[in-house]
Amino acid sequence: MTTTTANTPRTALARVIAAGTHQRVLAFASLVVLLIGFSIASPNFMQTSNMIAILQATSVNGVLAVAVTLVIITGGIDLSVGTMMTFCAVITGVVLTYAGLPLLLGVFAAIATGALCGSMSGTFVAKMKIPPFIATLGMMLILKGLSLVISGTRPIYFNDTPGFSMISRGSLIGDIFPAMPIPNGVLILFIVAGVAAYILNRTVLGRYCFALGSNEESVRLSGVNTDRWKIAIYALAGAIVGIAGLLIASRLNSAQPALGLGYELEAIAAVVIGGTSLSGGRGSILGSLIGALIMAVLTNGLRVLSVAQEWQTVVTGAIIILAVYADMMRRKGAS
Amino acid sequence: MLSRRILIGALSATLALGAAPSAFAQDKEIYIPLISKGFQHQFWQAVKSGADQAAEEFGVRITFEGPDNETMVDRQIDMLAAALANNPSAIGFAALDSQAAIPLLQQAADAGIPVIAFDSGVEGDIPATTATTDNVAAAALAADKMAEKIGGAGKVAVVAHDQTSRTGIDRRDGFLNQIAANYPGIEVVSVQYGAGDQLQSTEVAKAILTANPDLVGMFGTNEGSAIGIVNAIREMGTEGVTIIGYDSGKAQTDAIREGLMAGAITQNPVGIGYETVKAAIAAMNGEELPAIIDTGFYYYDQSNIDDAEIQAVLYD
Repeated sequence: MTTTTANTPRTALARVIAAGTHQRVLAFASLVVLLIGFSIASPNFMQTSNMIAILQATSVNGVLAVAVTLVIITGGIDLSVGTMMTFCAVITGVVLTYAGLPLLLGVFAAIATGALCGSMSGTFVAKMKIPPFIATLGMMLILKGLSLVISGTRPIYFNDTPGFSMISRGSLIGDIFPAMPIPNGVLILFIVAGVAAYILNRTVLGRYCFALGSNEESVRLSGVNTDRWKIAIYALAGAIVGIAGLLIASRLNSAQPALGLGYELEAIAAVVIGGTSLSGGRGSILGSLIGALIMAVLTNGLRVLSVAQEWQTVVTGAIIILAVYADMMRRKGAS
Repeated sequence: MLSRRILIGALSATLALGAAPSAFAQDKEIYIPLISKGFQHQFWQAVKSGADQAAEEFGVRITFEGPDNETMVDRQIDMLAAALANNPSAIGFAALDSQAAIPLLQQAADAGIPVIAFDSGVEGDIPATTATTDNVAAAALAADKMAEKIGGAGKVAVVAHDQTSRTGIDRRDGFLNQIAANYPGIEVVSVQYGAGDQLQSTEVAKAILTANPDLVGMFGTNEGSAIGIVNAIREMGTEGVTIIGYDSGKAQTDAIREGLMAGAITQNPVGIGYETVKAAIAAMNGEELPAIIDTGFYYYDQSNIDDAEIQAVLYD
């Protein structure tokens, strides 16, 4: 495995594609089973409006899951995505509502803020050698605090920027096909996932992402500046988190500064359900997307069935363990 | 392949379990989901128990859900969306942020589903009514009790939870206006804000006590504010200050039992839940409803804290 620079990432990639396909089939099968099961259990589940509600509920968590997937594949973890999302939303609020600047600048501000925060996390991890868990835990708290400071602990509303809420609530697809009023937020999720999957599977950055997670030392020994690539990946993840910030702010028509804690764990749950390994070097964007959909279908379905809320939480936890266990068993059987 | 079968089997079992209650629910019964601001807090559990009581009494089915904490605005919206999917007869809703919920509430209104706001209410004209505590009247009662305890004269101060929320404004002004209108001998020397946080309220209360050594009374506008005052008095060893609190919780009821706190106003969370469901049924039947349904409040102190009527509305 330590032969040449070019070989290491390629072999890693080949393995990932082979392993990933099976896992995606498993995750996708679970998703279909859930959809069918809930449809049988309640006639109210399989309606267009409810399916759209599920997709809408997936959009923010899905985008966060895509971001976290990139970091997790490098063998890292990002606990700060939830509060970073909020921070980006608050910065957008400052740009659009406080400063009254045009909509496009607000969008740019969110993505740039995310990229900046991500590159800071990346620097802590790569240059200062702080373990990713600790570095991003610190960022999580820093960004939570800064969101509260900047906003004065009050929500920032976007009433003065009428187009802003259309980012998430509007429906370009619905304008063309009135029967399918899929919100733009969902469209953005799929675009983000598509672009991230392309970067991961077709570019140098993606190859190094897998290589860092499989065997960072060998990549370094072959003369690659691993620090630089790692920071780039954290920054890319941050920029994607910025998009999640836009989605949630647009959906709520406000930047809610206290929101954000707990969202990182749901994103990580979606990633592991989708078959990405927490030890790095292996994973897929499509898997995480399916993982996020499974979480949303499960939550929505249990609600539609009127399962008591305390039991919903229990079931969700059990599903996470079950999904990861099934994946491990399959892997064991395969090897 | 074995693992996949296990997974699918477990999922179907889960669904079967989940489906059991709703299997009975397929005939056209009356279904009213309540989406609250919280779930596991004692206050919200008390609201839920009131709603359950009404559901049993009127033979309707309810569900009660709320996000894990009051910051999760988007989770509350998702809950509302799932509730709407079930074609409910009416919906009870306590908005974390009214604006964020407008599209879905509009959807409910368009579908002819009455929306009953409860606790803090929902801005706009969509709700048929709002079941809530009359905070102005409740705080005025606190002012009356304060005047009674301190003999209608002396300096008092208020530790409020915030200056922007409806409840914060109503409780503060309800107290201040009652004093201004009826008790010329009482001077309110300070109104300060501790965000309802126990520690922050303690610091605020200590600052007030330090600045006003001749203070005879303090009013805390919610649980955290009231406990903050109690902590401040304990830490500074001040004597002769009458404390009136708001809501309950173990720390507050203990302070009342041991005599450190004179008494407190309690809302009636059970009543909020009960009246919400009752109003939902009335709205469904097309009955006229008042804009606000006052769900009631009580003043409790050492003498009546163990009465059945009071115990029913207190929470630890």
